[in-house]
Order: sequence, then structure tokens, then C-alpha cells
Amino acid sequence: MIKKGISRLYLFLIFAFLYLPIIVLIALSFNNSRTKVKWGGFTFQWYLGCFQNEAIMSAFMTTLQITFLSAIISTLIGTLAAFGIASMKKKGQAVYLGATNIPMLNADIVTGISMMLLFVKFMDLGFVTVLIAHITFSIPYVILNVLPKLKAVNRSTYEAALDLGASPSYAFYKVTWPEIRPAVFSGFMMAVTMSLDDFSITYFTKGAGVNTLSTMLYTELRKGVKPELYALSTILFFAVLLILLAGNVRPGRKPN
Amino acid sequence: MSKLKQQFLAGPYLLWIVGFILLPVLMILYYAFTNADGIFTLEYIFAIGSETNRKAIGLSLQLGIICTIICLLLSYPLAMILSRIQFKNQGFVVFIFMLPMWMNFMLRILAWKLLLSKNGVINTLLEGIGMPEISIINTPVAVVLGMVYDFLPFMLLPIYNSMTRIRKDWIEAAQDLGANNVTIFFKIILPLTVSGIISGIVMVFVPSLTSFAISQVLGGGQVLLIGNVIEQDFMQGMQWNAGSGLSFVLMIFVIASMALVNLFDKEEPVK
Repeated sequence: MIKKGISRLYLFLIFAFLYLPIIVLIALSFNNSRTKVKWGGFTFQWYLGCFQNEAIMSAFMTTLQITFLSAIISTLIGTLAAFGIASMKKKGQAVYLGATNIPMLNADIVTGISMMLLFVKFMDLGFVTVLIAHITFSIPYVILNVLPKLKAVNRSTYEAALDLGASPSYAFYKVTWPEIRPAVFSGFMMAVTMSLDDFSITYFTKGAGVNTLSTMLYTELRKGVKPELYALSTILFFAVLLILLAGNVRPGRKPN
Repeated sequence: MSKLKQQFLAGPYLLWIVGFILLPVLMILYYAFTNADGIFTLEYIFAIGSETNRKAIGLSLQLGIICTIICLLLSYPLAMILSRIQFKNQGFVVFIFMLPMWMNFMLRILAWKLLLSKNGVINTLLEGIGMPEISIINTPVAVVLGMVYDFLPFMLLPIYNSMTRIRKDWIEAAQDLGANNVTIFFKIILPLTVSGIISGIVMVFVPSLTSFAISQVLGGGQVLLIGNVIEQDFMQGMQWNAGSGLSFVLMIFVIASMALVNLFDKEEPVK
């Protein structure tokens, strides 16, 4: 009984530690005071204001574009690569997986700098360079999600479909795809999460004109962050919460 | 599709590897081993021995290790409690503990700045109940706090995953054979979660060793980690060669610490 009480208390303390900053941010998004941390009354003005602030909206749009473009492209390249790697001999697999590990293991700051050093030789830093960088660090997450699943798929079922007269594309769509679809999807979601959250790599590859929400917050820290950003971030947080909850309670799929 | 043909599907990725993974690393090597005129030099590698850099590396290692240990000490009991919780939807409880990760990284640090600063939320509350104020903002303590907050899920998840793979019957069998809780912990639970601990350590230690944003925001320029020195070399000083030299050294540090951890990982099952 006492043991149970202690573990409950421990869960609560960690829970408080994790959610305290988030509660503060959400509270500030309703706080009617521009600079002070002090409570100045309840207001919705930052929620209306954030959609009218051009700089914030432009950073928001850039963030969304980078996130979804990079997630889609890296899912495509990564899934194709997983098919290729799965059919290789041991040696070839080792080479590819070794290269895949480089962006995963390297520090963000080193990845960001190394890409910047390359980009400035050939092009101006901007939207495209950030996009390339995000695709690069997202691909490994897709491969590491899809490849194990692909190796577990029984190849003979696919070949049986071919023997029974299915065209390769039909057999793929009916046999292989349903098996790997959850893995492709979770790879995609991981790419979205990583891209949405990235600061360091974007910071080094973005150049002067482009801002994502993360880099914008970083530059604004010195001047004091606009409350509109708290409002927008609160909206984003709850949007993600809803998407995750919807994915979690979808019928027929066990949450794990 | 034949196996040979299927291999070509990795073609686009091969191009990507060469262009955007290998070439950038070569660029760092090139800048690290040449001076501004493009002549070979080891000056920027040896620059790690200079006083500022040595201090920064020392502090980074220190804070990285402290952060990793705190994360481990907090996560392990948490993972144990979570894996035993009797709840219809255990996944949902774990989800609750992972959720803060989806608040923007920069905002999470900023929130701690708001909490900890001199006239911040915590001090206002402390003042309200007549307690002495705390002043840890702009100190290494605040930086470690921010790191622990940010990287805790990276430790929790792998340990929790390895914990859920332990089957109940194994523990029950040990109990039937007369083992007490301490024995069960050291003979069954701990050995079976070593792989989770190891991957947790790697996933926390590397980012905490190399972070520059957390120390910049919560250290207020007073806490200079190796990441901050590199960032200043590139973004303020335009000293690309010096910055690349340090980045190269940082890469070596990361590879070395991972090799060390892997060594430990392989030895463990023999015991």
C-alpha cells in the first residue's frame, strides 16, 4: 500500500516537472500583458493577433511547407531505399546502413555546419537548403522504420501472387503494401516530428531571409518574445495532440 | 521484380548519401585541416588545447555526464512504474509522459527561462509564500535542468521498451524459486534492460554534449559549452577553419564515447 503511494507520488512529481513549463506557456498565451510575466487578466487578443502578424504567419507557413515537403520526399526516398537495401547482400547492406547512421549519430551542430559548408559553395542559403537538410536527417528514420518490417514480410506470398497471375504492381499493392503500410506511416510521422522540432540544423542552413518558428523564436529571445507566438504554439500543440489522439484511438488498432 | 532490379530502388538514396551525407563531412575535414589560404595545417586541430577550448570541452563533458546520470536516475524508476501500471490503456499513460516533446523545442527552453528568471514565475510564487528567492538562471544548474527536461524522453522510451519485454512468468518463476525483490531486480530486471539503458545513454549524452541553444538561452552567455564556441566561430567570427577544427574534434569525441559504450554493451551479457 505504502509502495503504491510512493509510486503514485513519483509519477505525479515527474508529471508536474514535465507539464509545468507547458502550463506556463499556455497561461501566457491568455495573459493580457505584453512583456511582464505577471498576470494581467484574461484575453483572446493574441489568438486573433497571431493570424494577422505577417512575420509570424510567414514563419509558420515556411515551417509547415518544410515539414510536409521534407517528410513526403524523405518517406519516398527512404521507402524505396529500404526495398533496395532489403534485396542486397550483407556487405551492401552494411555499407548503406553505415551511411544511414552518420546523420543519426552525428551531433546536430556538426550536421548543420557540414551541410552549410557544402551549400555555400554552390548556392545561396535559403528555403531549398533547409529543405535538403531536413530531408537528409529524416531519411534515416524512415529507413529504420520500414526496413525491419520489410525483412519480416514473407517474400513467398508475393511470389505466390505472381504465380497465380497477378501483375507485379497488383501483387505489390495487394500483398506487400498492406504489410508495410503502418511502418511507412510511422516513419512519415517521425520525419514530421523531427522536422517540426528541429532548430540547430535549420539555424545553420537557413541563410538570412528564411525563418521557421524555431529560428524565429531564437532571434526574438533577445528582444522579448511576442505573446502571439505563445498563442500560435498553443494552437499547434493542441493540433498535434488531437492528431496523435485520433491515431491512438482509431478502431482496430491497438495502442502500444 | 528480380533481386538485382530491386536493388536499383536504393539509387536515389545512394545519390543522396554521396551528395548530402559524405560530401558535407569531407567539407568539414577539408576546412579543419587547411588554413584560410587552403594550405594544409594541423593548427586548428591542436587549437583544442587552448585555454578557452579546453575549458569549454571540460564543462561540456561535465554537464553532459551529469545530465545523462540524472536522466537515467529519473527514468529508470519511472519506466518500472509505468510498465507495471494496472490500467486499461497503458499506452495512453506512456503517451502522456511523451507528449511534452511535441511542444516546440525552442519554446520548451524559453518556458524554463520564464520560470527561472529573476522576476520569473517561480520566484514570484516563492515570494508570495515568503520563501527566499532562487537565482539559478544563467548558471550551469539552469543549463543542466533544461537539458534534463529536453532529453528525458530519449532515456525513458528505450528503457520502458526493454522493460515491457520482460515476461511476467520469469519474475513469477524467480519468486517461486525463493528469490526476493532485490535478487529479482539485479538478476532479472537489470540485465534485461541493459540494452535499453545503453541506447538511452547514447541518445541523451550526444545531444547534451553538443547542444548550444540550451546553454545560450538558459546560460545567458555565461555558460560556454563547446557547441557555443563552434557556433560563435561560424556565425560571429567567420572563422570557418577554427570552427571546423573543433567540429572535427567533437565528431571524434562522439564516436569515441559511442565506441566506449558499445564495448560495455558487449561485455555485459557475459556476467
